[in-house]
Amino acid sequence: MLNFILLIFIYSGIYALMAMGQNVITGYVGLLSLCQAGFFAIGSYATAILSVSYGWNFWLTVPIAGLLAALAGIIIGLPTLRLKGDYLAIATLGFGEIIRNIINNWDSLTGGPMGIKRIPMASIFGYTINPFDKWAFLGMVWIFVLLGYLFFKRLARSRIGRALEAIREDEIAASSMGINTTKYKVWAFALGAFAAGVAGSLQAVFTLSVTPGPFTFMVSIMVLCMVVLGGMGNFIAVILGAFLIQFISYFPQLVGLSNVIPPQFKQILFGLILVVMMIWRPQGILGRAPRMSISGIRRKKRTTSNGGESGDTIQGGSR
Amino acid sequence: MSELLSIDHISVSYGNIQALRDVSIHVREGEIVCLIGANGAGKSTLLKAIVGLEPLVSGSIAYKGEVIARNDHAFGSHNPLLRFFKNPKHAAQDTRSLRTDEIASRGIALVPEGRRVFADLTVEENLDMGAFLIDDDAFIAKKKKEMYEFFPILGMRRKQKTRSLSGGEQQMMAIARALMSAPKLLLLDEPGLGLAPLIIQDIFEKIEIINKEDNVTVFLVEQNARMALRTSDEGHVMENGRIVLSDTSEQLLENEKVKAAYLGE
Repeated sequence: MLNFILLIFIYSGIYALMAMGQNVITGYVGLLSLCQAGFFAIGSYATAILSVSYGWNFWLTVPIAGLLAALAGIIIGLPTLRLKGDYLAIATLGFGEIIRNIINNWDSLTGGPMGIKRIPMASIFGYTINPFDKWAFLGMVWIFVLLGYLFFKRLARSRIGRALEAIREDEIAASSMGINTTKYKVWAFALGAFAAGVAGSLQAVFTLSVTPGPFTFMVSIMVLCMVVLGGMGNFIAVILGAFLIQFISYFPQLVGLSNVIPPQFKQILFGLILVVMMIWRPQGILGRAPRMSISGIRRKKRTTSNGGESGDTIQGGSR
Repeated sequence: MSELLSIDHISVSYGNIQALRDVSIHVREGEIVCLIGANGAGKSTLLKAIVGLEPLVSGSIAYKGEVIARNDHAFGSHNPLLRFFKNPKHAAQDTRSLRTDEIASRGIALVPEGRRVFADLTVEENLDMGAFLIDDDAFIAKKKKEMYEFFPILGMRRKQKTRSLSGGEQQMMAIARALMSAPKLLLLDEPGLGLAPLIIQDIFEKIEIINKEDNVTVFLVEQNARMALRTSDEGHVMENGRIVLSDTSEQLLENEKVKAAYLGE
């Protein structure tokens, strides 16, 4: 039982990373991308291939996994960012499927539908992080989540974060303020993909084998649900959303009803959650994080010189 | 006075429809120049073309003597991928059209049609956005203070979401946001649109002050011909994408045709 709860937390962490990436793209720039599963797959396979075929250390494969995913993000982003709204969603959805199909059919590199097995476990200072030792793995995953959170939080408060928000609010006005909208949109795509790539890397050393099966577009939908449920443009909310969605999808097993409630049940529930949220709380559970003016950031820097994120109050925003 | 903005024989089309035909306008430094015309005459299209939001079919636009927009349809230069593979022979003489953000960074600020404020941001955040290109925090703070003094209502509404402001207040905010970057040339797209006459008067007075005291050159597009011509030094009349009349604003106010068509006299 405890193991099962830990498992939920581990998956929450992996998905939280992906959801934070999605939050940059959807929550900040306002682009509806449905491609996280593809970037996730690229990250997973990068780690799997590099560590199995080339004997790389897991820690070296993590940045490569992230960078490869980011590169894919840029390649997808450049041509598709001229599209808006539902057109962009369809184009990115297509790209996600293309990635999965390439993986499925490139037998010599990815092992095709059989996937790659016997991925070496991650280890640190001689200590092996065995996926069956749930506590250790949980710790590793959530350290990644924390690092990701601190990075994205900082990003959101920087000039880049403000540029992204301006683009979401009004692209024409943003460009006439001197913001290079294409550049920032591609950046957002790359960062979002990077986070998903790192999440994929963690997934690979958790399951110790990768197959193309799980990287369906349902994963992208789930990640999008996490962002919408938690609150767009709020990284803490998105992490909460990741946990809630994971909890809901494992709920039947958790209460021992998995033979009564079919697994497809969770998809019905996701749909229901999205509908209910859109009607009663479109801003998500926690809503958007409050913004800070430049002077506000200055003042905060001075008062909390220990670099804490303490003053980070989250309003149940009325936006 | 030197010429700040030179629009030379430009044409713009939307598919088969020609929105601008051979338009030439020259704006000298320190002036207020207005462009009047009815709905759909092509006024807003001209402003969009100046800031690089609409590609030119022919002609060119220069700012401070440097070309910022021209017809570069040859070899699809609007496509960044194709531009990458462009023939280097052409690239050598290339004065390609600039992107909107590059044009903004040269000192041209646009107050777009319908204001386009960042509605979910507060007034202060909007002004911060206006100063996106400026790195100097002291300068930004000084500019903001100036704006709050110049538009006292914005100072009072500083922490409010722009969404909650009235139309006139939003227009003032859009102008203040454009001025945050200390532009040399201010482009205004129908600043009086949908506002009460008293507020329009107030806004045009502010525009005159900006022009006289901060030495900002103003090019404004307006349907409210009387207000625009009273404020400006020089005027142009646009009909169906063509400039049909250009003169000093005083002369235009006396012109029989303008009187009949635009001043309702």
